[in-house]
Amino acid sequence: MPEPIIDFQHVTFKYNAQAEPTLHDVSFQIYPGEKVLIAGASGSGKTTLLRLLNGLIPQAYQGDVTGQLLLNGKNILDQSLFELSLQAGTVLQDADAQFVGMTVAEDIAFALENDTQPVNSIKQKVAKWAQRFGLGERLNLAPQDLSGGQKQRTAMAGVLIDDGKLLLFDEPLASLDPAAGHAAMKMIAELQAERDLTVVIIEHRIEEVLGADIDRVIVMSDGKIVANGTPDEIVQAGVLLDNGLDEPLYVQLLRQAGVAITNLPHVSDLNQIDVTPYRDQIAAIGQSVIPAKLADPQLIIQNVSFGYSAGQQLFNALSTTIHTGEILGIVGKNGSGKTTLSHLLTGFLQPSSGDVLLHGESVLRQSIKERADHIGYVLQNPNHMITKSTVYDEVASGLILRQVDTDTIEKRVRDMLKLVDLDGMRHWPISALSFGQKKRLTIAAVLVLQPEILILDEPTAGQDATHTVQLLTFLQKINTQQQTTIIIITHDMHLLANFVQRVLVIVDGQLLADTTPAELLADEELVTAASLRTTSVYRLAKRLAIKQPEKLNAAIRK
Amino acid sequence: MNNSLFGYKARDTWMNQTTGTAKLVGFLALTTVGMVSYDTRFLVALVILSFILIKISHIQYREYALLLKLVIFIGVLNLIMITVLAPQYGAELYGSKHVLFGSGYWTITQEQLFYELNLLLKYVFSFPLSIVLLFTTNPSEFASGLNKIGVPYKVSYAVALTLRYIPDVQSDYHTISLAQQARGYEISKKASLTKRMKGAVQIILPLVFSSLDRIDTISQAMELRRFGRYNKRTWYQDQKFSGRDFGMIIGTLIIVAIGILLVFQNGGRLWNPFN
Repeated sequence: MPEPIIDFQHVTFKYNAQAEPTLHDVSFQIYPGEKVLIAGASGSGKTTLLRLLNGLIPQAYQGDVTGQLLLNGKNILDQSLFELSLQAGTVLQDADAQFVGMTVAEDIAFALENDTQPVNSIKQKVAKWAQRFGLGERLNLAPQDLSGGQKQRTAMAGVLIDDGKLLLFDEPLASLDPAAGHAAMKMIAELQAERDLTVVIIEHRIEEVLGADIDRVIVMSDGKIVANGTPDEIVQAGVLLDNGLDEPLYVQLLRQAGVAITNLPHVSDLNQIDVTPYRDQIAAIGQSVIPAKLADPQLIIQNVSFGYSAGQQLFNALSTTIHTGEILGIVGKNGSGKTTLSHLLTGFLQPSSGDVLLHGESVLRQSIKERADHIGYVLQNPNHMITKSTVYDEVASGLILRQVDTDTIEKRVRDMLKLVDLDGMRHWPISALSFGQKKRLTIAAVLVLQPEILILDEPTAGQDATHTVQLLTFLQKINTQQQTTIIIITHDMHLLANFVQRVLVIVDGQLLADTTPAELLADEELVTAASLRTTSVYRLAKRLAIKQPEKLNAAIRK
Repeated sequence: MNNSLFGYKARDTWMNQTTGTAKLVGFLALTTVGMVSYDTRFLVALVILSFILIKISHIQYREYALLLKLVIFIGVLNLIMITVLAPQYGAELYGSKHVLFGSGYWTITQEQLFYELNLLLKYVFSFPLSIVLLFTTNPSEFASGLNKIGVPYKVSYAVALTLRYIPDVQSDYHTISLAQQARGYEISKKASLTKRMKGAVQIILPLVFSSLDRIDTISQAMELRRFGRYNKRTWYQDQKFSGRDFGMIIGTLIIVAIGILLVFQNGGRLWNPFN
């Protein structure tokens, strides 16, 4: 057995700012050449583990560590952040925020500049790595001109240029759409094979990461390691669901079809799993796709045209109808107009021609504030919306500004807080809330104005399975109880497959399709255009030559 | 979409290809000598030179029109204030008094106007020079130039990073502002000034928090790639001095030398046509 590259023995860690330890007695080894996924719900301690590995603890976050932490046989705590960074390269979660350079070339060169390497040799290495990552033509582009995938490839090149043998990824899929996420995973697998790297990936999106040919999965929960084994063992043991993680969609399907997962060989690999004997069993659970019954038209978008600059039309006479009480998804690759469309509905932007009708009346003359009474909009980043210091005040502020009387405010705010499960925390400072709680808070602050239509931009970004389920349950509740129409802009495949009733595919300002999620996710052409992927359910159905795979997509809806 | 406040653009001109260091040295030397000198002939020459430079840098008028108007406004305001506060300063300076009109405190002399003309020339030559510097120098080259002339690299890099984040902060500001309007803060022209001010405050808080988040992430990303490891660093954008750069520096030196010569010839900073 070779020496482990990472060796943690009985590691316990407590942040100075917290009363309880975040990691409890964590022990594991990672060996050279392994690809390891560390999975866990938010708050499970997986990010803390990463910070211990790359030296951000204790450099940027102070706390008490006990136990033994070795990297390449040497104590991590005795080494500086700089020494560690030469052994373990870290790619952070947000590809945009970690982009340090003004251009791709400078970002890739950054570490070598700091090592005071001569410019000529830096330029050679940058050229080589940019070529490897397909960025050779983009060396002089600024971050604003790059896609999420390109930014992440730049970040990877900037770390690999050190020729380190260990790569750490903090939620590499978080800011990528499914197509780019798939490409990134393939890239990681290729590099690992090519350069004999050791790769550690921190993620909660299991299904996508398993595509990168992972050797081992470590599942964390509440600061402890609850499972450590091959992907097959982990899926067979069924530990994912219990620990706030989503099982791959095809595994959900197999369970539903009554296939015993526990002994199924290669269960974690969609291309190798042998389920031919269960073909009929699986095909039988298919459900016919019934488009949701549409109620009365509520919001009509009529021949809307819009462009950010003269001569460059994004939307050209776009028309569609949104019906009372439906749950509508809007998908499409980044920059193709999804967010622009929602901004046209909320009044953030004005169309150059065409009309937007609510209950038959044009809303174009209404101010942003007036429209917000009918159409609520929740931004992707809750930090962009929060202005008050306590939970209660944040939700109340919209009502106060609308001169609602104090008693009514009290009642409506409390009711709303109960609905989003934050009433017990109503006096808490907002800074003490987790990201998921802040997200629910911003939804509450919008919903308290009782809009008929709620638009959510990427509501599940950065949320693990448990919180996603909570959020969806809650959205379902207001949808059925108050007939609130819900419009979701997303590229979350699970959300699309499980929750949305009707979906609009918008690509380059064109309404490419108006369909059901089940049909969309079984249409390879459409899926590629929207920078999504087909579901694993669809791919399994294809392998088994099951006709009408969209029926199986429909079957896994909760 | 180019949101950058400082309109650096890749332009295929001689000025663009000159290194940031040479331009920075040239800019600092010329502005210093121009600020010191009150020799009108010299200042007029500098004005002509700086307009030639802006021309050969292919910078269009509309790119700096707004900034120019702002500078003219401040310059004129400044001249008016000088006239109001110290109307006899010119006469004192030149040691003679050629009255044009007015009397008492408000006597306007040729000397005063001539002095203010010199001030005006100083604004007029230094503005195009700074535009040329900012518009033809890539931010990171600018940072590397600052570092070369002795500014610590951490400070230089902070300057470059600020330029890097201006578009992001602008777009954050815009998003937050819209979100707050949807919540009910009226900051459009419909509301009163106090209401709009209150609304604006509501944008600052989330903007500060989201910017702090950014700073946190970026500083971690930088440390993880060893920023601050040594007390110097190399610069990818660093460019070797070529004939062009030496040419620019020598040209600058000649102009500075002329400026100094004139000081000796005039027996001081002033060129006095009234004697």
